[in-house]
Amino acid sequence: MTESSALPAEPTTAPLLSADDVGRVVDRIAHQLIEKAGPDLGSLVLVGIPTRGAPLARRLAGRIETFSGVRVDVGTVDITLYRDDLRLRGVRALEDTRLPEAGIDGRLVVLVDDVLFSGRSVRAALDALRDLGRPRAVQLAVLVDRGHRELPIRADYVGKNVPTSRSQSVKVRLAEVDGADSVTVTS
Amino acid sequence: MVVKRHLLEAADLDRDDATLVLDTAAQIESALAGREVKKLPTLRGRTVVNLFYEDSTRTRISFELAAKRLSADVINFSAKGSSVSKGESLKDTALTLEAMGSDAIVVRHGASGAPHRLAQWVQGSVVNAGDGTHEHPTQALLDAYTIRQRLGRLDGVRVVIVGDVLHSRVARSNVWLLATLGAEVTLVAPPTLLPVGVGSWPVTVGYDLDAVLPKADVVMMLRVQAERMNASFFPSAREYSRRYGLDARRMGTLPDEAIVMHPGPMNRGMEIAAEVADSARSTIVDQVGNGVSVRMAVLYLLLGGAPGSE
Amino acid sequence: MTILIKGPRPYGEDAVDVLVEDGRIAAIGDSLTVPGADVVDAAGLVALPGLVDLHTHLREPGREDAETVETGSRAAALGGYTAVHAMANTDPVADTAGVVEQVWRLGQQAGLVDVVPVGAVTVGLRGERLAELGAMADSAARVRVFSDDGHCVADPALMRRALEYVKALDGVVAQHAEEPRLTVGAQMNEGDRSARLGLTGWPAAAEEAVIARDVLLAGHVGARLHVCHVSTAGSVEILRWAKGRGVQVTAEVTPHHLLLTDECAESYDPVFKVNPPLRTEADVQALRAGLADGTIDAVATDHAPHAVEDKESEWASARPGMLGLEQALSVVVQTMVEPGLLDWRGVAERMSVAPAAIGRLESHGRPLAVGEPATLLLLDPTHRATVDPAALASRSRNSPYAGRELPGRVVATFLRGTATVLDGKAQR
Ligand SMILES: [Zn+2]
Repeated sequence: MTESSALPAEPTTAPLLSADDVGRVVDRIAHQLIEKAGPDLGSLVLVGIPTRGAPLARRLAGRIETFSGVRVDVGTVDITLYRDDLRLRGVRALEDTRLPEAGIDGRLVVLVDDVLFSGRSVRAALDALRDLGRPRAVQLAVLVDRGHRELPIRADYVGKNVPTSRSQSVKVRLAEVDGADSVTVTS
Repeated sequence: MVVKRHLLEAADLDRDDATLVLDTAAQIESALAGREVKKLPTLRGRTVVNLFYEDSTRTRISFELAAKRLSADVINFSAKGSSVSKGESLKDTALTLEAMGSDAIVVRHGASGAPHRLAQWVQGSVVNAGDGTHEHPTQALLDAYTIRQRLGRLDGVRVVIVGDVLHSRVARSNVWLLATLGAEVTLVAPPTLLPVGVGSWPVTVGYDLDAVLPKADVVMMLRVQAERMNASFFPSAREYSRRYGLDARRMGTLPDEAIVMHPGPMNRGMEIAAEVADSARSTIVDQVGNGVSVRMAVLYLLLGGAPGSE
Repeated sequence: MTILIKGPRPYGEDAVDVLVEDGRIAAIGDSLTVPGADVVDAAGLVALPGLVDLHTHLREPGREDAETVETGSRAAALGGYTAVHAMANTDPVADTAGVVEQVWRLGQQAGLVDVVPVGAVTVGLRGERLAELGAMADSAARVRVFSDDGHCVADPALMRRALEYVKALDGVVAQHAEEPRLTVGAQMNEGDRSARLGLTGWPAAAEEAVIARDVLLAGHVGARLHVCHVSTAGSVEILRWAKGRGVQVTAEVTPHHLLLTDECAESYDPVFKVNPPLRTEADVQALRAGLADGTIDAVATDHAPHAVEDKESEWASARPGMLGLEQALSVVVQTMVEPGLLDWRGVAERMSVAPAAIGRLESHGRPLAVGEPATLLLLDPTHRATVDPAALASRSRNSPYAGRELPGRVVATFLRGTATVLDGKAQR
C-alpha cells in the first residue's frame, strides 16, 4: 500500500445550526412529542444518552412542560459498558445511569441523543434498557440525523436531516456541556 | 491507568488513575443497583484467568464474580494439583495460558514481584491479586472506596493501620494508595513488625494504639498470624492482643463517625474483638461487596479497549 | 617461540616494545626488531600483568549445564585473567584431595588459565567439622585458600580452629561473612527498598558482625584471614580498624558491588539477585574508597554462572549469583580508573599482585620486567561496547551488565608466553 500523494486539504468547518436554530428544533420536537403521545404524555420517559443526550432530554422535558403543563420524567442511561466497539474506541470514564423513581416498566421510553450516525449507540442503549426494565414501547429522538446507518435503526423524531459523507464529522455543542449551542460539520 | 496495561502495585497509581478507578466502581455500582440482571456485556468474548498459587477463596471469588458480571469468560487455575505442582515454572505456565487465549491474568503468588515477572513475559494484562509481602492493590482500592463511601472523602482522612505491617501486602498497598489520595496514614505496631526502612514511607509511625485512636477517622486492623509468635516477633498472643488488639473499650475512644476496617480473614479475639467486628462501625461486610465493584472497574479499565485511544 | 609485542604501554606509561621468548619477557625497549618473531601490534594498548581471580565458581563437577572448567577458563582468559581460584561448592564438594586434583587437572587440560582449586573448610560445607585441609594442601592442586563460600563458617569455635590450623599450611581461610540467623529467607539488602518491595531484608549487620568477630579471632590466634566479597560501608570501617591494629586480614570486593545498587531489584529480575546483595549508593562509594586506599586488597569476581531456569523465575526462587569474569576489568576501569581513584599500577596491584599474594601463587602477579613470566594482558581502554550476554563465552547468560555500555576491551592475554586471547578472541 502506498500513501495518497495528494496533500490533505485543510479541514474546514461550516455551521449547520445556530444557537437560535437549536432552540427552534428542540421546540419542534417537543411539540411533536406532545402531539404523538396524546393522552399517554404522562407516562412518557425521556432517557438521554450521555454525554449530550442527557441535557437534551432535560431541555425537551422543560419545553413540554411549558407547552402542555405536563411534567414528564427524565433519566439517563450510560451505554459505555454496552458498546460493542470498546476495543476500538478505548475505555472512558463512565457517566450516570439514572432512571425515574417510577422506573420504566410499561411506559413509553423515548431515547434522546444528539447525533444519529451508525446506530451503534442506540443499539447499546436498547440493550441497556432491556437490563433496566420492560417499557411498553421505545422511540428515538435525535437533534441531527447524518445518515450512514450500519444497523436497522431509524429515529422517530429528527431535528434536522443532514446529508454527510462518511469522512465528515458533525459536532453538536450544547450550553450545558460546551458553554454555547451550535451544530457544525467539519470536512 | 487508561494508558496502562497492568495493575501491579498501588504505588504505580497516580491520583487521577486511582480516582478514575473509584469513580468507575461507583458508576458500576449505581448502574447495577436494584437490578434483576446483574450482568453487563462489556467484556464479552474476553478471557480472564485467575492464576492462584495461594489459597484465597474470597479474593478468587471476588475477581471471578467481577469478571463474570462483565460477561468475560473466566478460567480458574489453581496451582495446587496442576502441572505447577509438578514443577512447571511460572513462565511456562503463563505462556501456556496465553497460548490458550487469555486476555488477562489475575495472579496471586507467594513470591513478591511474581506479577511483575509475569508482565515481562506475557502480552495480555496482569492484575496483581496479592504477591508475597509486597502489594495487594485491589484490596487497597476497595478499602479506599469503602472509606470514601462511608466518610464522603479521602483527602485529609486520618487512617490508622494496626498490626503486622512487616508481612502485610495490604498495608503496603494502602500506605501508597491512601497517601496518593491525600489521607494521613499512621502505622501502629510492635517495632518488630515494622520493616526497617519504614522511615522512608509517607506515614507517621507509632507504638501506642491508645494514643492515636481518639484522633482517627479510620482504624484498619491487620491480620496477625499466630506463627509470628514462634519467631519472637512478640512474646504471646495475649500480650499482642492486650497492646495492639481492638476491643470494645478501645473502640469507645474513637470519634463518633470513625469506622473500623479489616481486610479479612479475621482472627476474632486476637487483633479484633467479636463485638467490634460486628459493630455498626465495622465496614467488613461493605468491604466484601465493594470488592466486586472495584474489581469490575479495574477489569473494565484494563481490558475495555485499546489503551489510550480516547 | 618468539613474540614481539610492538608498542604497548606497561601500566599505561610510556610505549615500549616487549620481546617474549620461552615464556618469559626477554627484552623491553624502544624499536626492537627481531627477525622471525611473531609480531603483535599493541600500539596504544595498556599492558598489565595477567589478572588473578580469588573467587570464581566454575560449577564443574556437578552443574556442567551452567559452566565447565573449560568454558569458565575461556571466559576468564577473555577477561584478561591468567589464574582463577575455583570455589569449593561443587557437587561433589571440593573437600578432599581427590576432588581438588580433578578440578586442577581439568584446568590444565583446558590450558587457558591456571585453575587453582579452593578447598572446603568443613566437610560438605556443612560447618560441622574440618575437612582434610592438609591433604588438599599437599595434593597436586597445592591448595592454599580454603573457603566454605556460600556458607559462612558461623560456629566461632570452628572458625577459630580453621584459622589456626591453616597456619601450618601457609594457607588462608576465605570467609563468606553472613550470620545465618540474621539472614533467614533474605532476598535483598535490608533498607528502604526492601521495605517497599516486600522482599525479606539481608541486613548489613549480618556481614559486619561476622567480619568483626573474625578479625578479632584472627588477631587473637595470629592467623591470616581473607574476607570474601565485602559489600557494606560498615565492613570497610571494621577492616580499616583491624588493619590498623595489625591483624593479618585481607579483603576482596566484587565488580558488581562497585557498580550496582539495590535499585536494580526494582524490576524483580533475579539477574540482580546475589549474595551478599547489592547495597546502597553510600556502600558503593565506601567500597570504592576502600579499594582505592588499600583497605580492600583485591577485586574478585564471584563469577557465579546459573542455568536459565534458575534465573528465569520469580525473585525468591531464583538462585543468587551473577557472571563477572568477562566484564570485571571493564567495571574497574569505569568505577575506579576513569574517576581517578586508581591508576593502572593500582589496577595491577588490586587485580593481579595482591590476589596472587593472598593465594600464594608465585608465578602470577609478577611485574612487567625482563626475566619475569610473560603472563600479561593488553587492554584497549578507549574502546566502549554494550554488553550482550549472548556473546559471552560463559555457558550461562546471567550477566547483570546486559545492555550496559562499559569501557575497555581485552585485546590479548598471554599465559607464560602463550597467547590465550588474540584480537579479542580465545585461542582455544
Ligand atoms: Zn560468597
